[in-house]
Amino acid sequence: MLKKEDKIFKNLYGEDDWSLPGALKRGIWNNTKDLISMGSENIIEEIKKSDLRGRGGAGFPAGLKWSFMPKDSGKPHYLIVNADESEPGTCKDREILRNDPHLLLEGCLIAGFAMHAHTCYIYIRGEYYNESSNLQKAIDEAYKSNLIGKNACGTNWDFDIFLHRGAGAYICGEETALLESLEGKKGQPRLKPPFPAGSGLYGCPSTVTNVETIAVAPTILRRGANWFSSLGNPKNTGTKIFSISGHVNNPCNVEEEMGIPLKKLIETHAGGVIGGWDNLLAVIPGGASVPLIPKSICDTVKMDFDSLKEVQSGLGTAAVIVMNKSTDIVEAIARLSHFYKHESCGQCTPCREGTGWMYRMMNKMIKGNIENNDIDKLLDVTKQIEGHTICALGDAAAWPIQGLMRHFRSEVERRINENISKREVA
Amino acid sequence: MKHPGFINSIKDNEKDMFEWSETNFLKVKKIIEKYPSGRKQSAVIPLLDLAQRQNKGWLNKKALEKVAETLSMSFIRVLEVATFYSMFNLKPIGKNYIQICRTTPCWLRGSDKLLNIAKEVTGCSLGETSKDKKFTVVEVECLGACCNAPMVQINDDYFEDLNEDNFKKLLINLKNEKEITKGSQIGRLSSNPERKN
Repeated sequence: MLKKEDKIFKNLYGEDDWSLPGALKRGIWNNTKDLISMGSENIIEEIKKSDLRGRGGAGFPAGLKWSFMPKDSGKPHYLIVNADESEPGTCKDREILRNDPHLLLEGCLIAGFAMHAHTCYIYIRGEYYNESSNLQKAIDEAYKSNLIGKNACGTNWDFDIFLHRGAGAYICGEETALLESLEGKKGQPRLKPPFPAGSGLYGCPSTVTNVETIAVAPTILRRGANWFSSLGNPKNTGTKIFSISGHVNNPCNVEEEMGIPLKKLIETHAGGVIGGWDNLLAVIPGGASVPLIPKSICDTVKMDFDSLKEVQSGLGTAAVIVMNKSTDIVEAIARLSHFYKHESCGQCTPCREGTGWMYRMMNKMIKGNIENNDIDKLLDVTKQIEGHTICALGDAAAWPIQGLMRHFRSEVERRINENISKREVA
Repeated sequence: MKHPGFINSIKDNEKDMFEWSETNFLKVKKIIEKYPSGRKQSAVIPLLDLAQRQNKGWLNKKALEKVAETLSMSFIRVLEVATFYSMFNLKPIGKNYIQICRTTPCWLRGSDKLLNIAKEVTGCSLGETSKDKKFTVVEVECLGACCNAPMVQINDDYFEDLNEDNFKKLLINLKNEKEITKGSQIGRLSSNPERKN
C-alpha cells in the first residue's frame, strides 16, 4: 500500500482547504522559483528520467511529449490542459480541479516554462460548473499573489492561465478536437500530421496534456525522478489515481502505486466487490474504451499499462468499472455502444454510421434477437471501423464489443439459442 | 434520446428579443480578452453559454444572431456550434433541468430507477417539460462523477450517491420550492471511500 508520505494528492477528498492558504500549507508554490531555475532542458530531462507516462489514457511518455515543442519557432507557444474528463468511469481530474486546484496551476507554470509557453488554456468540461468556479477562484488568487502573470513567482517568466469551459462533447477530450473547440468551432478532430507540437492552437506550437500529468510534475521535480520511478514497475512508474466504480461496497477515487494488483486495489480501498470476490463477473479496468476482462484475469492482473496490455486490455484512465454476477453484461456493453453512437462527431463515415449500427445490433443482442452468424458479422464491422477513422473514437467504440465477444461469446450465443427456440415454439 | 440540446432546428418568433444585459455586456468584453487579438471566435462557446443563462436556459434565433454579431462571425458558424454541443438548448426548458446520467457506471448502480422516479414526481416523460414549467427531464451520457453513482445534474449542480428514496425526497423538495443540498446525498465528502452513516 502506498505510504502516506508518498502521496502526491494530499487533498484528494477536500478534507482540507482547497484555496491558496491551504495549498501553501501543503507545500504547493513552496520553492517554485528554484524548480524553474533548473532550466527548461533539465526540467524535461528530469520528467523523462521519471518515466512518467501521460495520465489521460494513451500513456505516452510525458517528458518526450514535452520535448517535441520547438525551441524557437518565432510564434507564441501554448500549453493546453485537457480537463474535459468524460471517459465513462473516470472522475479523477474532477477531484484535483475542485479539491487541489493550485497543484494543477503550479504544474502549469512549470510545464509551460519548460515548453517555452507564456500562455496556458485549461479546457474544462462544461458540466463541471462548480469545479470550474473553484479553479477560477484559484487562478484569481494566484494572479493576486503574483504566482502567475507578469514575472510569475519572481522568475522573469510571464505566464497567463485562462480557463475555458466546454459545452458537452466527449470528443473534445481528443486533443485536436479540443483545439478546434478552443478556436470556436465544432469539435471535430484534425488529421495528424501536422502534430500539435508543430501546428496546434491557432497554427502555433501547442501541447495538450491531461490534468493529472501536469499536477504530478512539481512533486516529481521536488522529490526527484528517482523517487518517482522507485514506485511501481519499470516503464510503469509512480502513483496513479484510480477511480473505482460500479458493484463495489465503497466506490471511490484513490491514489495508489502503479502496478498494484487489481484484486488488492478493490479489496483494500473499495470495500470489495458487492457479494464478495467470488461474485465478480468482469471488470473494465481503464474507462469505457478498453476491453473488459473476466474474473479469471482479474484474480491476478496488475494495474499498469504493460500488464493490462498483455491481457488484451489497457490501463486507459485507470477507471475501474466493477461488474458482479447480477450484471446483464450484454446490456452493460450495449450502453457503452449507445454512448459512442451519441458522442461520434460525425466526421468519418465508418464511425458515424458504424457506431449507430453497432448499437442497434448490441441492443438486439440483449434479448438474443439475432441470428448466430450475426456475432461474426458484428465483429467484422468492428474491424472495419477500427483504424479507419481520423481519431481513436472509432477504435474506442469497437474495443468494448470485441472484449465482450472475446470473453462472453458463449453468453451471447446462449441468449440467441434461447431466443431461436422461443421463436420456433411460437 | 429526446433532449432540447440535440435538436437541429431553431425557434424564430418575431416577438423574441435579445440584447446583452448591462452586466453581461461587460462580461462579454472580459471573455473576449482571454483570447489573442483576431481570435474572437474562440469566445463563441462562453458567449453562447452566457446568452443561454440570460435567456432562461435556452437559445432562440435572436440570441444566436446576437452572438454572431458580437464576435463578427457568420450566423451559420454560430449555429453549427450551438447544434454540435449538447449543453446548448434550442428550445425552452423548465426551471429545474434534470439530467439523469444513463451510462454504464451509473446504470450499474440503478440509474434507470431514478428515471422512473423523475417521471413519477414531475409528471413529464423523457425530454419533456412539465405543464407548470418547473421541470424538464432528460437522460444524458456520462457526467464524470462515476464514483458517486448514480447521480443527476440539476441546472449547474451535481446530486450524487442517490437512491430511490433520497432522489424522490429531493425532487419533492424542489417541487415545493424547499431548500436542497447539492453534492452527495449521503453526506460523503467528495469520493472518499469512508461514509459517515
